[in-house]
Amino acid sequence: MIRLLDQDRGGKWLIGSLLLAIVLVPILNSLPESSSLHIPTYSISLLGKYLTLALLAVAVDLVWGYLGILTLGHAAFFALGGYAMGMYLMRQIGDRGVYGNPDLPDFMVFLNWQELPWFWHGFDQFWLAVIMVMLVPGILAFVFGFLAFRSRVSGVYLSIITQAMTFALMLAFYRNEMGFGGNNGLTDFKDILGFSLQSDQTKIGLFIASAIALILGYLLCRAITTSRAGRAVVAVRDGESRARFMGYRVENIKLWVFTFSAVLAGVAGALYVPQVGIINPNEFSPINSIEVVVWVAVGGRATLYGAVLGAILINYAKSYFTVELPDIWLFALGGLFVLVTLLLPRGVTGLLKRKEVE
Amino acid sequence: MLYLRLKKGLYLGMGCLLMLLASLTQAGEAEFIAHEQALIKAKFEQKEQIMAAWYAADTQQAVELMEMMLASQLYYHKKEKRLYKVIDASKGAVADRLSDGESVTITKKRDFKRVSINNYLRTLFRQYIAKAGLTAAEPEQRIAAAEAMVGNTDPDLMATVAGLRAQETNADVQSAFDLVLAVANLQSADASQQQAAIETLGDSLQPAALNALKQFLASNPESDLAPIASKAVDSINGKIDFYNGVETLYFGLSLGSVLVLAGIGLAITFGVMGVINMAHGELIMIGAYTTYVIQLLMPNHIGWSLLVAVPAAFVVSGLVGILLERGVIRFLYGRPLETLLATFGISLILQQAVRSIFSPLNRSVETPSWMSGLIEINPLLSLTQSRMYIIAFCLLIFFLLLAIMKRTRLGLQVRAVSQNRNMARAMGVRSEWVDALTFGLGSGVAGIAGVALSQLTNVGPNMGQAYIIDSFMVVVFGGVGNLWGTLVAGLSLGVANKLLEPWAGAVLAKILVLIFIILFIQKRPRGLFPQRGRAAED
Repeated sequence: MIRLLDQDRGGKWLIGSLLLAIVLVPILNSLPESSSLHIPTYSISLLGKYLTLALLAVAVDLVWGYLGILTLGHAAFFALGGYAMGMYLMRQIGDRGVYGNPDLPDFMVFLNWQELPWFWHGFDQFWLAVIMVMLVPGILAFVFGFLAFRSRVSGVYLSIITQAMTFALMLAFYRNEMGFGGNNGLTDFKDILGFSLQSDQTKIGLFIASAIALILGYLLCRAITTSRAGRAVVAVRDGESRARFMGYRVENIKLWVFTFSAVLAGVAGALYVPQVGIINPNEFSPINSIEVVVWVAVGGRATLYGAVLGAILINYAKSYFTVELPDIWLFALGGLFVLVTLLLPRGVTGLLKRKEVE
Repeated sequence: MLYLRLKKGLYLGMGCLLMLLASLTQAGEAEFIAHEQALIKAKFEQKEQIMAAWYAADTQQAVELMEMMLASQLYYHKKEKRLYKVIDASKGAVADRLSDGESVTITKKRDFKRVSINNYLRTLFRQYIAKAGLTAAEPEQRIAAAEAMVGNTDPDLMATVAGLRAQETNADVQSAFDLVLAVANLQSADASQQQAAIETLGDSLQPAALNALKQFLASNPESDLAPIASKAVDSINGKIDFYNGVETLYFGLSLGSVLVLAGIGLAITFGVMGVINMAHGELIMIGAYTTYVIQLLMPNHIGWSLLVAVPAAFVVSGLVGILLERGVIRFLYGRPLETLLATFGISLILQQAVRSIFSPLNRSVETPSWMSGLIEINPLLSLTQSRMYIIAFCLLIFFLLLAIMKRTRLGLQVRAVSQNRNMARAMGVRSEWVDALTFGLGSGVAGIAGVALSQLTNVGPNMGQAYIIDSFMVVVFGGVGNLWGTLVAGLSLGVANKLLEPWAGAVLAKILVLIFIILFIQKRPRGLFPQRGRAAED
């Protein structure tokens, strides 16, 4: 692990501060509320949410920064992971729903369904849900990538069809007949693995889980990018035809990186859902995917830690602005898109690096 | 609402009354009173005769009275022994005396008694009214009367219809009468008459004809005529399928026209110039809001507002487009992914700007009266006029653009710059100027599409986002850089969508079309009509 971070100052900082947070946050939370160092529980949930979004950004950076595929559909993988986790949480409600039906989630009772659809079976088992969290986005990415990369769809076309994919999924999940709660999605969760989602301990636990997931995800991506295979990945980005003529199977490289990144996004989604308490088809909307790309762009492409930085910075700004100055937020976000692409092609971390060189 | 309806009913009633009174001449008045007195005294059995006599004497008057009786509005005053028209028989309401048109206020509810009728009389009166309708002055009235009569087999009535049919000169009315007669003849004992009736019905497109034939088949399955009848039913069903197909095609073409309109501006900015303009949807939105503002400025001339809005939207969206190109996009040529991000940022800014200026709520844009209406081609097929205008408008814009690109100096320069920028510059083309103008043209066309879309959907800050993905799909599906491809792609996607809708539902149809395009791009990454030659290489 140390060797992975050898050349990676940003990564060292990132992992160091995440580990520190894992230790400090529970301690600071247990301080009395009057203390100035006390961290309220809702801030912990918010932080946990940022970390899952940061993991999503890392997944996008791997694909966009290193592989050169601008994906505009990664939020779909994130949402699919979220839905898989949401289905597990939904089954945990049991007979505590509004209708008190022990076999069916509330929305199915509402739709007058008599029995559980086949794809809901087994989701009361945590292990199955965890497998599905990775399997469903993985399979979708694999099939999608297999078709797209084999026929050499690239560049802008690929971006547009990834966007079409997430748009189609959004329309599909809005349908009640799909069996995922339609418009309202899945919500009203009660507990996870027997721990109440309302309790402070569970929230801290989820925060720590998110931090650990981010560390692991970061290290895995780092391992991929620093390996020999990782050099091939960059080679595909910088000169696809050349890499192909040198004998690399460009399609396979793209396919595996894309699929791995989708799995990572799915895990991020699965950690996101219990912390925000709801998953609905809006998560599939194309703008979400594009926002992720902007986090990465702001943080700096192809650095991984830049993606984390960008995700946390912008989401913090978003939380702040949407409460304080809701009208300004879209202006600010839109302006950021333009400014970063025009003036900061290497993102915030690029700015820091340049200073270092000077 | 209820109040309004009551009031409307009252006015209508008074209108009828005036007509009735107008028909009362000096000589007629005595006659009216004679009939009136007879009717008031009559029992159920006698009412039939009285009304028949009345009908013979003064058809219009009798029909109006029958209509009142059917609507339970005919009363008589117990002491006066006079007929009144009463819409609301409660204390304080108004009653109109029929003989002289005097209006009196009801002081005692019990003074008035309704002229009662039974179901037998109701049927009879309806037949009388229908018969009177058959001789009305307006062809539409005669047709309506005939349609109401379909299924009636009363021999006297049919004899009347047959007589009138022989004198009728209007072809539409003739066929309506034929239908009535044929449906009646279907029940006759004469086989040759039945066969003739079946043939007539087989040619008719009225739903009633189909029903009559089906009924005939159900009640006489063993008859010799059954094969002919079932053949006629098949022929009608075939026609229904055909016209349903035509209607679906029409809906599909109009949806396709919307897609083409939304996509055609992008076909220029993305297709010809290669700029990924994610703010394209917002340029459409600006066009729609321009329409809204124009209607605010000229509230008394809604009919003209669209004609003003088209050039206005072109100018406004075009200027925004030129500003965009000069301010942002020109720094990003050759970096498509960055262009995508920057223009997406601009789309967010434009959305929020509209939200701040006009409020986040949807704005309603009025449809001028000349846009709405139905064109009825036959009983099975009627086309909405607004869709017709959309299709025509789409084609107009398309061919105009095509002419600009192929026949004008600007079009020549645009193609030159997009094919080989350096060579074009060497030949003296001011490429920067051409870039700005081309982008302005594409944006302006998007604005025009906004005017058309404002007639179809809600005008709101999110309307652009709804069209951006569709627009890209149309352009990519058709083949980048090919206007004809955009037209074919848009129309065929629209038709495909509408063809899928009946069995898949609107949302699923859209999803299927999206999946189809995703798969199609795998097979042919350059769309239906790929560009050939050197320009396609990069």
